[in-house]
Amino acid sequence: MTRQLILSAAAAALVSGAGAVHADDLTLCWAAWDPANALVELSKDFEAQSGHKMSFEFVPWTSFADRMLNELNSGGQLCDLMIGDSQWIGGAAENGQYKKLNDFFAAEGISMDDFIPATVAGYSEWPKGTPNYWALPAFGDVVGWTYRKDWFARPELQAEFKTKYGHDLAPPKTLDELKQIAEFFQNREIDGKTVYGAAIYTERGSEGITMGVTNILYNYGFEYQNPAKPYDLQGFVNSPDAAKGLQFYKSLYDCCVPPGSSDWYMSEDIDAYKSGQVALQMNFAFIWPGVNADPNVGGDKSGYFPNPAGPKGHFAQLGGQGISVVSNTNSPDAALQYIKWFAQPEVQKKWWEMGGYSALKSVVEDPGFATSQPYAQTFLDSMAIVKDFWAEPAYASLLLAMQQRVHNYVVAGNGTSQEALDGLVADWTEIFEDEGKF
Amino acid sequence: MQRTSIERVAAATPAPVARRLTGLSDRVIAWIFVAPTIFLLLAVNIFPLIWTIRLSFTNMRVNRPNEPVEFVGLRNYQRILTDPDIWQTMQATAHFLFWTLALQIVIGFALAWLINRKFRGNDLWTTIIVLPMMLSPAVVGNFWTFLYQPQIGLFNYAVGFLTGADPSSFSMIADVRLAPWAIIIVDTWMWTPFVMLICLAGLRSIPASIYEAAECDRASKWRQFWTITIPMVLPFLMLAVLFRGIENFKMFDLVVQLTGGGPGNTTELTSINLKREAFEKWRTGYSSAYAIILFVTVFGLASIYVKALNKVKSR
Repeated sequence: MTRQLILSAAAAALVSGAGAVHADDLTLCWAAWDPANALVELSKDFEAQSGHKMSFEFVPWTSFADRMLNELNSGGQLCDLMIGDSQWIGGAAENGQYKKLNDFFAAEGISMDDFIPATVAGYSEWPKGTPNYWALPAFGDVVGWTYRKDWFARPELQAEFKTKYGHDLAPPKTLDELKQIAEFFQNREIDGKTVYGAAIYTERGSEGITMGVTNILYNYGFEYQNPAKPYDLQGFVNSPDAAKGLQFYKSLYDCCVPPGSSDWYMSEDIDAYKSGQVALQMNFAFIWPGVNADPNVGGDKSGYFPNPAGPKGHFAQLGGQGISVVSNTNSPDAALQYIKWFAQPEVQKKWWEMGGYSALKSVVEDPGFATSQPYAQTFLDSMAIVKDFWAEPAYASLLLAMQQRVHNYVVAGNGTSQEALDGLVADWTEIFEDEGKF
Repeated sequence: MQRTSIERVAAATPAPVARRLTGLSDRVIAWIFVAPTIFLLLAVNIFPLIWTIRLSFTNMRVNRPNEPVEFVGLRNYQRILTDPDIWQTMQATAHFLFWTLALQIVIGFALAWLINRKFRGNDLWTTIIVLPMMLSPAVVGNFWTFLYQPQIGLFNYAVGFLTGADPSSFSMIADVRLAPWAIIIVDTWMWTPFVMLICLAGLRSIPASIYEAAECDRASKWRQFWTITIPMVLPFLMLAVLFRGIENFKMFDLVVQLTGGGPGNTTELTSINLKREAFEKWRTGYSSAYAIILFVTVFGLASIYVKALNKVKSR
């Protein structure tokens, strides 16, 4: 009798529930930074349209990977949606932590051809170069440079620079020009204050110095592997040209950074630039809306340029992330609904207007895009030259090995650049051996 | 007739409980009381230890649930013991341990010696001196990074003021030669008061009559110090070394906040290195072997030390 009652009640509940709109609580996990605040605002439209409630879990960049990979690896259910770093895609796909989105994209008419190719390859695909998608490109980002346009425009500095280097004080086209500018401003008195050349990435704990040094290494001929033979590292990672690139980064660190900047990443570089300490700042493009709006250095006082070319090429380090549905979510349908909503061109357009870097072609190829913001053209130019770090499941080990080798040479000054890269080849070879890649 | 306390407790035991306990031997009753503690100890300490030993012989990675776990024998141990980077972290730890202990013992004892004298404001000074150890290590690490800042840091300013050097010409946490000393200075600043308190307890436990007898024998102050004070405070000093040694062997938070292990891996102590292996690279089997090696090292050294301590106490 009791059993019959329970079954009847359950059947009644199912019937009454059918057809009713089911509101879910969704938690989106991302890094704690300016774009995340913009996404909170943007997502209010989704809440209004869908009836679902959005919550957000934002973690500072330096502990973002630690915290979120812990969450994924432990099978936690905190996040329904994850805007995870591009390098996580291999591990998250192979370990079943993200849902594969191919069927969903096909069913909803979302085409990866509509997004900037570099972002699809960087944020969505695993294995790389195959049409297997685990994320929707959410935030296009790339390392570029910000400079003090107002200082560059001073006639006395222009004249002095031209006399010294034989060309105009202008946004650099090559890495050598970049260093000349940094040297020129180092320890210079401007408006009664000592200023320095450049704020560059030197952080050791997470990914900072790697995200900085790769911008130089790529342009000096560094390759992650033999293009014709995967995981063949010898002579590509540690080529003499790559060693020269690493030497260049150290020389930039030795000559032209503010004192004490031995462990700097995004936020420290922003602080140094906004407080008027440096003429140049290396940083991801996400900071540009904030710089542009800053009362001290914003507007006409700042300009933007892509990572300058080196002797062997012209590339920049890819940043940015895709948005994925976490496999352990209790609300997969609502999570997919969010991605469908987010992929819409009008939402992507609004995303760009609010400070988020859309990766949708229809947004960035719009005729008015390049002039919509002072940094928009630089963003486009930079996204055209991106390269990314390994996205293997063992990316964390690969990254930490590089962090240690590079920091040990650039900041601590131990050994030579060739020894640092030879050591890196040894570390990476050991990791790939453990991974069974040989 | 007067009842003993045991009889009074027995009489007060409720009848149902008394009925249940009837027939149980003292040994069984003792086990009933001790069992929850033993169970907790097994669950929280012994089981994880055995599990870690088991994992240390495997290639397990906790972030790869779909991959088979293979038995790799002693490979993890062999790799750790032949890895020059790990030996470098061991050296960094030994350097940190030696100098923090040496400085804290010398300064802590000197402070205790001074505070032990009767003077005005004695209590106030004691309170001021022990303030640093009441702070959180994370907070201490954070504000010392500001003190060490080359452009605005008070530490650099003070050194510049005293030596005439340009404060922004050196960076305590960015220079390979200075960074190991930067963490030693902060740890010494924070934990010397702890050593001072232990030494103070030792000094105050020495009966005044011993010094009075020495005075009667016309022993000099210097002689009293070496033949009375030092031997009688020695067990306390050794205890302080034991506490601080164990604490500093597993030092993590303060150094992470200050230098993050850098520059390069100059200040990467073993606990920081272990955490990276276990929770950033996710090499669970490897890091288990690493943890076991550290455990055996600390356990072995502590056992030898405790034996020496007992010997000193029994003298």
